[in-house]
Amino acid sequence: MKIAIASGKGGTGKTTVSTNLSAFLAENQSVVLTDLDVEEPNSGLFLSGKLIHAEDKFKVIPEWKKEDCTLCGKCQEVCNFNAVMKLGKMIMVFPELCHGCYACSELCPTNALPMIPKKMGELKHYKLSNIDFIESKLIIGEEQAVPLIKQTIQYVDKNFSNDAIKIFDSPPGTSCPVIEATKGADLVLLVTEPTLFGLNDLKLAVETMNILNKKMGVIINRFGLGDQNVEKYCKENNIEIVAKIPNMRKIAELYSSGKLIYSEIEEVKKEFEKIKDFIFKNNPEESK
Amino acid sequence: MKEIVVISGKGGTGKTSITASFSILGKENIIVADCDVDAADMHILMKPDYVNSQDFYSGKIAEIDQSKCIKCGKCQNVCRFDAIPIIEGEYVVQPIDCEGCGYCSLVCPRDAITMYEPKVGQWYVSNIKTGTKMVHAKLGIGEDNSGKLVAKVKKEAKILAESEAKDFVIVDGSPGVGCPVVSSLSGASFVILVTEPSVSGVHDLKRVYEVVKKFGLTAGCIINKADINSNKATEIKEFLDEEGIELLAELPYDENFTKAMTQGKSIVEFEDGKIKKILENTWENIKTKVNKK
Repeated sequence: MKIAIASGKGGTGKTTVSTNLSAFLAENQSVVLTDLDVEEPNSGLFLSGKLIHAEDKFKVIPEWKKEDCTLCGKCQEVCNFNAVMKLGKMIMVFPELCHGCYACSELCPTNALPMIPKKMGELKHYKLSNIDFIESKLIIGEEQAVPLIKQTIQYVDKNFSNDAIKIFDSPPGTSCPVIEATKGADLVLLVTEPTLFGLNDLKLAVETMNILNKKMGVIINRFGLGDQNVEKYCKENNIEIVAKIPNMRKIAELYSSGKLIYSEIEEVKKEFEKIKDFIFKNNPEESK
Repeated sequence: MKEIVVISGKGGTGKTSITASFSILGKENIIVADCDVDAADMHILMKPDYVNSQDFYSGKIAEIDQSKCIKCGKCQNVCRFDAIPIIEGEYVVQPIDCEGCGYCSLVCPRDAITMYEPKVGQWYVSNIKTGTKMVHAKLGIGEDNSGKLVAKVKKEAKILAESEAKDFVIVDGSPGVGCPVVSSLSGASFVILVTEPSVSGVHDLKRVYEVVKKFGLTAGCIINKADINSNKATEIKEFLDEEGIELLAELPYDENFTKAMTQGKSIVEFEDGKIKKILENTWENIKTKVNKK
């Protein structure tokens, strides 16, 4: 079962929920936690495990073979991203702009632009007791997160069966990286906070998940702070509020030191129990 | 005209609340630009009137004319993004997966595929409560090209600042280290890094500063919730020292930030105490610094 932890707004507690939920579930079963926030992955800061596998991740870009090129300019003509340009007697490739569509390479009449791999990030796989933790990190300067997110999910799919509980810590926002991270999920847990910012961004996240036709639940973090509008919104839109994690300075302090919170605070543990129940209630593998 | 960009790498550090505070303190002399187009929040605090709204078109999406399609499958073969599945016997482009490369349209033997420019969002020029203007935007759900919308918002804010003879554009930047934040940073006169003393705050600050450095920009840092973890606060300060980044301010953990937000206000409008004083001094300091450059 694949569970995506997402939110419109950053800083609402996605990583807190992902890491604590993984550790909590791992008390009784094996869990695969994957950090898909490849621009700023943070889950690994809360879980220290043994590195069991690391690999570089590549995207493909064209490489100009001067000796085979007739300077016909077809490559520049077919590239929609201005990633290949004919400048005088040269063909210039701009790797950051390339989406790896192969058009220039395969439509080149003289095969002068073969596709070659270019490193865009690193994937690391850690093991700690019952948790397999996978994290990918985008190289600074690489602008496109989607290909790395896609390859990271492929790694997880290849290495773990569908029966495993897989938790995906998703990137913030509502654009392509989030879509890529959540589109394969069986269940999406949206983490929000009871403030105007939280509500505004929750609405965007709900719209996004509706477009993807996802089953979802909401976790209100820092509950007790702010106002009741998030609850009202969820009620009006028939979205289940799965858990309410209280607003406590102690949580902020534990978090700041990279510590898990559910094992330290009894009230918080109860909320994670609720999340666990919600997950098993919605597990498609169980209902088979 | 100088452009001040506020970024944080990590979400939830107080970036928007702090940007809004500076926007209030800058009064009529600034143009506000909300470049967090994915999950824009500045409008909640600045009360824009959305008087001028325009659609934003960007990128390309393929569309197959089924009356011309002979179902040869060439388009599906060349698509590297698995964007053309067969649905009820027809090859259909999934807009959400289509990258807009146009390769399919080039290989279609019947010219059945056209590339159109989709509407990906809207941008606005609004009057806001401080008597000045804000440029802001809303990206459509699941849309690509947020970097381009960010660039548009910034460009329009600059044009506006110049035509109305304002001294500053203040930009609420995008999160992360990818395309949108690169767009937010380009052309900045000064960068304000907002962080918090937590393991993730430190981690994300260091990563986003790599991007700032790549552009050769000058930055200062505000540590929010500075008293939540003194070890991490020290670690941040050591990092700032090493990199030669000025520590602009340290703000204590204070729930008034959120209470103010609940009323649609920034912290400087909500309370008249310590945090307001710090932010006033910080804003004066930033103005002096930026004007000297």
